Amino acid sequence: MATLARLQARSSFLRSQYYFRNRVVDVFRKKEYDAAVKIQSWFRGCQVRAYIRHLHKIAIIIQKWWRGFLGRKMYQLVVKVAYYTMKMNLYNAMAVRIQKVWRGYRIRKYCFNYFYLKEYLRAVSETNEAIRETLEEFAEMQEREEKKANLEREEKKRDYQARKMHYLLSTAQIPGIYNSPFRTEPDPWELQLQKAKPLVHPRPQVKQMYSPSLTDWLACTSAHSFPQSKFLPPITRKKCQGPFRDINEVLEQRYKPLEPTLRVAEPFNHLKLSREELRRKEWVQNVNDKMFLPFSSYHKNEKYIPSMHSSSKYGPDSCGEQHFRSENPKKWICDKDFQTVLPSFDLFSKYGKSYSKAGQII
Amino acid sequence: MSQRQVFNVFEQYQKARVQFVQMVAELANKPQNIEILQNAGVISLLRPLLLDVVPSVQQTAALALGRLANYNEDLAEAIVKDNILPQLVYSMTEQNRFYKKAAAFVFRAVSKHSPQLAQAVVDCGALGILVICLEDFDPGVKEAAAWALGYISRHNAELSQAVVDEGAVPLLVLCIQEPEIALKRVAASVLSDIAKHCPELAHAVVDAGAIPHLAQMIVSPNAKLKCQVLSALSQIAKHCVDLAEMVVEAEIFPVVLTCLKDKDDDVKRNGSILVREIAKHSPELSQLIVNRGGVAAVIDCISSCKGSIRLPGIMMLGYVAAHSENLAMAVIISKGVPQLSICLSEEPEDHIKAATAWSLGQIGRHTSEHAKAVAVTNTLPVLLSLYMAAESSEDLQVKCEKSMKNILQKCTHVPALEPLLHDAPPNILKHVLEQFSKVLFPWIFRCTSAEGGQLSTSY
Repeated sequence: MATLARLQARSSFLRSQYYFRNRVVDVFRKKEYDAAVKIQSWFRGCQVRAYIRHLHKIAIIIQKWWRGFLGRKMYQLVVKVAYYTMKMNLYNAMAVRIQKVWRGYRIRKYCFNYFYLKEYLRAVSETNEAIRETLEEFAEMQEREEKKANLEREEKKRDYQARKMHYLLSTAQIPGIYNSPFRTEPDPWELQLQKAKPLVHPRPQVKQMYSPSLTDWLACTSAHSFPQSKFLPPITRKKCQGPFRDINEVLEQRYKPLEPTLRVAEPFNHLKLSREELRRKEWVQNVNDKMFLPFSSYHKNEKYIPSMHSSSKYGPDSCGEQHFRSENPKKWICDKDFQTVLPSFDLFSKYGKSYSKAGQII
Repeated sequence: MSQRQVFNVFEQYQKARVQFVQMVAELANKPQNIEILQNAGVISLLRPLLLDVVPSVQQTAALALGRLANYNEDLAEAIVKDNILPQLVYSMTEQNRFYKKAAAFVFRAVSKHSPQLAQAVVDCGALGILVICLEDFDPGVKEAAAWALGYISRHNAELSQAVVDEGAVPLLVLCIQEPEIALKRVAASVLSDIAKHCPELAHAVVDAGAIPHLAQMIVSPNAKLKCQVLSALSQIAKHCVDLAEMVVEAEIFPVVLTCLKDKDDDVKRNGSILVREIAKHSPELSQLIVNRGGVAAVIDCISSCKGSIRLPGIMMLGYVAAHSENLAMAVIISKGVPQLSICLSEEPEDHIKAATAWSLGQIGRHTSEHAKAVAVTNTLPVLLSLYMAAESSEDLQVKCEKSMKNILQKCTHVPALEPLLHDAPPNILKHVLEQFSKVLFPWIFRCTSAEGGQLSTSY
């Protein structure tokens, strides 16, 4: 029992001791708890991180493979495209080469041959030179001819002058003016005068009437086949002695009338005359003298000649208007004309409605 | 009264008439008398004498009337108003050749003044009788009739059409073949006047077969005849390509070039007009002319004459060069450009300078070679000065500007471009600068992209 009392006395103390002793642990408990928590958390963190690392590694591997796969696919595409591009470039380059060669060839052969152009220009300049030379020669020739003509004219003039002045020639007795004794040699005119023939003034010629001689139009031109003189010898009533014809016969022969053949008796332009005749006859039957000309341009400048009826100065004829039906608007009661209830006769249906203003009714 | 006395009276009257008419005809030769004659009412006095019994009075009266009408337009109108022309037409049918000549002279003198008078001549039916006169035997009558027809058809196309409708053209072609030179000349001038108005009339002339005969006459030595023939051919050729080809087919080509070397200025001018009218239509025709050496002949012709005779030649060079660059190159190698630049500086008249500027522009506008050939002859400063000068006409300035632009757009020859930098106006300057940039840019680019980025002077 003592122990019990002791224990009971210590019980309250025990309680507090128990509490304090346990509380001491509690002080550390939090610490330890915190520490344990920290350790555990750290460890768990490490675990998780390891796990995550692991996952990362795996993910990386997967992604790596996946990306590799994609990249290889892309690479294949790129390679295809690059290959294609390379081929196309090659083809293009080859095509350009072909086109270049072809275009050069085409232009040089068909459109523009540079050497041909050079050749052409050279030929043109050669032709020009040739033409220039020819024209020079032509001009020179013309000048020469002109000079020659001038010289000849001068020559003729001098000759004519010399012939006119022939009397100035020096004679044996008297030296002429061109042969003065004080000169060493005579003037060239002197020699000219010596060469010239004296000029005879043309006498005024009696104008001969143009009388056609028989030889002009006859083929037979022998001198004795036709009588030369104009007049035949006279025939006297006396009969000549000798073997001559009877006077009456001779007279008949001489004064025989001309009996032309029928062909000669016809006028030589009988065809023309008969055509004229026919034309005249047909002209009589024409209504209008003027030929029918096809286009209006032929009639363009024709002046219109109005008929006498409408062009007299006393005004147009009133026949047809004022006798049959004359209108005087001043005498009308109202403005309008009478209405036609019944249709008028055909004869007067066109009245006042024609196109021409000659009637002046419109 | 005895018979002789009666005859005496008539004889005196006849003598008086003859003398009057001869004196009037002689007085009408001098211009100072004509006013006085007109005031004295000579026309109404001459009119009844046209129907006189004595032929010589008729002829001299007609001659006097012709001389009066020739003098001025008022007298010609007075003659038309007096209704003398129908009388002439009527009496011409049965008269002899002197009367016909005198009457044709009257028609010619009246119709030469104005189209209305020519129309009046046509209205009174003169064309028919004139065409009949063209068939006459006497060459003088033919010449007078042809001359009258020529003066009528000169004014406008309707009158020419009326002349053609009368059937004058085949007869004129026959007249050309006659031996008399004066007749040939007049017939050629009539054909030229007819053909000049419009293509249909030119076709009418060609259809009558005029071209071969005209082409044969180019070689004749008579200068006036050559003038007319060349003018006729050029009036035919100017309308369209077909007509020009037909003229060329008549083988005029080397022969026409001799005309360009002729002494007479009118022949040279008409020859270069013909060549120009042919060259302007198509490149083939220009090529043909170049192949026959026509360009050289034209350039020689330009160098040997002055003033407006040069103008057709200059225009011909411009037309040839305008068609294609090969032809322009052909003009350049024929030494055309120095000649043209001489013309540009020498000529006093603006329209010739304008034509020269245009031709130079046509030559230089094709490629840089052409532009260089034009630029080395120092024409660009001349063109610039003409463009800037205040007294140049509008036309000249426009043409100079266009030519300069055309040449500058192709010119890469730097020494020729340099003088223009100083005094060109902005619209020209921009083209100069553009050309400079084209020339200099590759050079600068090469230099700046060299190693070390330093401007290398080794280029």
